[in-house]
Amino acid sequence: MKEGYNMVKKKVSEDTTGNQKKVKRPAKEKPKHPFWVIVNKEVSDHVRSWRFIILVALIALTCLGSMYTALNNMGDALKSSKTGELFFFLKLFTVSDNTLPPFFVFISFLGPLLGISLGFDTINSEQNRGTLSRVMAQPIYRDYILNAKFTASMIVISVLFFALGFLVMGLGLIAVGIPPTAEEFLRVIFFIVLSIFYVALWLNLSILFSVRIRQAATSALAGISVWLFFSIFFNMIVDLIAKGLAPSSFAPEYVIVKFQKMILNLMRISPAQLYSEATTTLLMPSVRSTGPLTMEQVAGAIPSPLPLGQSLLVVWPQVTGLIAVTILLFALAYVAFMRKEIRSS
Amino acid sequence: MLNPVIEMVDLTKKYRSFTAVDCLNLTVGKGEIFGLLGPNGAGKSTAILMMLGLTEPTSGMVSVCGINSTRNPIEVKRKVGYLPEEVGFYDNPTGMENLLYTARLNSIPESEAKKRAEELIERVGMAEAKHKKTGKYSRGMRQRLGLADVLIKKPEVIILDEPTSGIDPQGVRDFLQLIVSLKQEQGLTILFSSHNLHQVQQVCDRVGIFVKGKLQSVGDIESLSKQLFTESLCLIEAGIHEFPAENTDTKPVRKLLEPINGIAKIEHKKGVFEIECTSDLSATIAQTIVNAGYGLNFLNKKEYGLDEIYNRYFEGGIQHG
Repeated sequence: MKEGYNMVKKKVSEDTTGNQKKVKRPAKEKPKHPFWVIVNKEVSDHVRSWRFIILVALIALTCLGSMYTALNNMGDALKSSKTGELFFFLKLFTVSDNTLPPFFVFISFLGPLLGISLGFDTINSEQNRGTLSRVMAQPIYRDYILNAKFTASMIVISVLFFALGFLVMGLGLIAVGIPPTAEEFLRVIFFIVLSIFYVALWLNLSILFSVRIRQAATSALAGISVWLFFSIFFNMIVDLIAKGLAPSSFAPEYVIVKFQKMILNLMRISPAQLYSEATTTLLMPSVRSTGPLTMEQVAGAIPSPLPLGQSLLVVWPQVTGLIAVTILLFALAYVAFMRKEIRSS
Repeated sequence: MLNPVIEMVDLTKKYRSFTAVDCLNLTVGKGEIFGLLGPNGAGKSTAILMMLGLTEPTSGMVSVCGINSTRNPIEVKRKVGYLPEEVGFYDNPTGMENLLYTARLNSIPESEAKKRAEELIERVGMAEAKHKKTGKYSRGMRQRLGLADVLIKKPEVIILDEPTSGIDPQGVRDFLQLIVSLKQEQGLTILFSSHNLHQVQQVCDRVGIFVKGKLQSVGDIESLSKQLFTESLCLIEAGIHEFPAENTDTKPVRKLLEPINGIAKIEHKKGVFEIECTSDLSATIAQTIVNAGYGLNFLNKKEYGLDEIYNRYFEGGIQHG
């Protein structure tokens, strides 16, 4: 491999001899902005790290697995669907026979893990290794380090998710043979963007932990426990509260609706709930509301799927909430980092 | 001072109730090797971090090359190379790649960076290891690579925070030689923080003794010892043939020497006379002993080194005089 590289290099240098050399030089010599130097390094570190490779393998496997079950069950899903073959393509992401959860459920489960694993040692490992003070002694602003690391992780996550999303679409296209409509394509794109934001939320949480907690292992554990809390215990706790507060079955309708709404709002404290509401609405156009609907509200509605704009409108509060939490976590991490003492011992 | 490069005026840093650096006033001139000497936890590192603008002082002013470090840290960091205590490198890249990364952070053009990195790696004696991963480097190698890393941006000032801790004696010697030659060739200003007085004594032009956040005294080694040992500056050891260790009756010698003006104290320990005097009287003492008909085996002049100064400050306290 090395020989090949040298050969290429030689060839290039032969090509550039003569007049071309003078023309090419200035472009090559222009140094990169330090911010992008850090981003560059971080991206290459991520891509080469074992933990990232393992996670990508895991996610790619589950993605292919869920697509396989989706394709197997496509026929049944089509027969049972009332609205005909509308949004057939989106079913690739949502159909399942309960042996394996569908793609978007997998992402809501594994996405946090990806975010946490990319971020948990962002700052503390640099500090423990003694590289932080060395890098900070270079003429760069302090926040470059944090911002560049966040940007690098976001680039990696975005590329990964778009690649996976397009992979599923492409394979589905080959297997099913029906091309997606423009709207379906846009819905998938929005789904991917939303997933990226969701992972960014967990990434920022783990970056915050990495700034505050000195040991990388402790910081990883803190991130994972928050994730476990929201994905397992939180629902149990809400169930418990719901049981305690449930109105009697003879209560008037508005009391029951009020109670349902309250429980739903409690659930929405969990980012996973926000994400799953938003994704289901995006990927299943027949979903008309994320909350309970009374008969009066449904009366007179045309039983057809929502157009993309309306779906987006339905999930807008969820998306705003997710983005707000993401930004809040980043701001906390940023402030903590700017105030941090950087010495290594 | 003619050309002050580092200037600190009433520099103070407090962490809640703890004062890490207390009203530090210090000036380091151009082309000087200044040794900041003090025990662990004296506040040396804190002072250094303030010079680089990495920590904000509670009060006071610090400037490097005429630039305020607190207000304009980026400009200062362009001119100052800092080798932190326990310098670290990214484990997976090679030593060469680590250097190039630093060069890129300093916006040095790629081809220039490569040239400088090659030169510096050669200079610090790491040429064989340049394509090895830094994760496999020893402590001494990392320290040498650290020096190359500091020099790649062609700084005007370099600050070395405990650069020799954890290196073997040979490594320390090489490292110190490198520092001295850097100063001679490039006229760099060097601030060297250490708790090891012998190393400081070997290379530094001036020394500041720093204890509990306060600068106790500043000066070259000689003036420091003068400041402290006002009554007894010089210790002379004499071995006299007629008075070995078994002979405890040393009166004749005492009688002989005590009249000499300037001798403060005479002791006889294990066959050696230890004579404390206020100035260098070795010639007079030798002559007196020989004239009295004794056989003078040896005469040894001991100057007070940093060891004694250090001990006086750190162990005996500062209430001298």
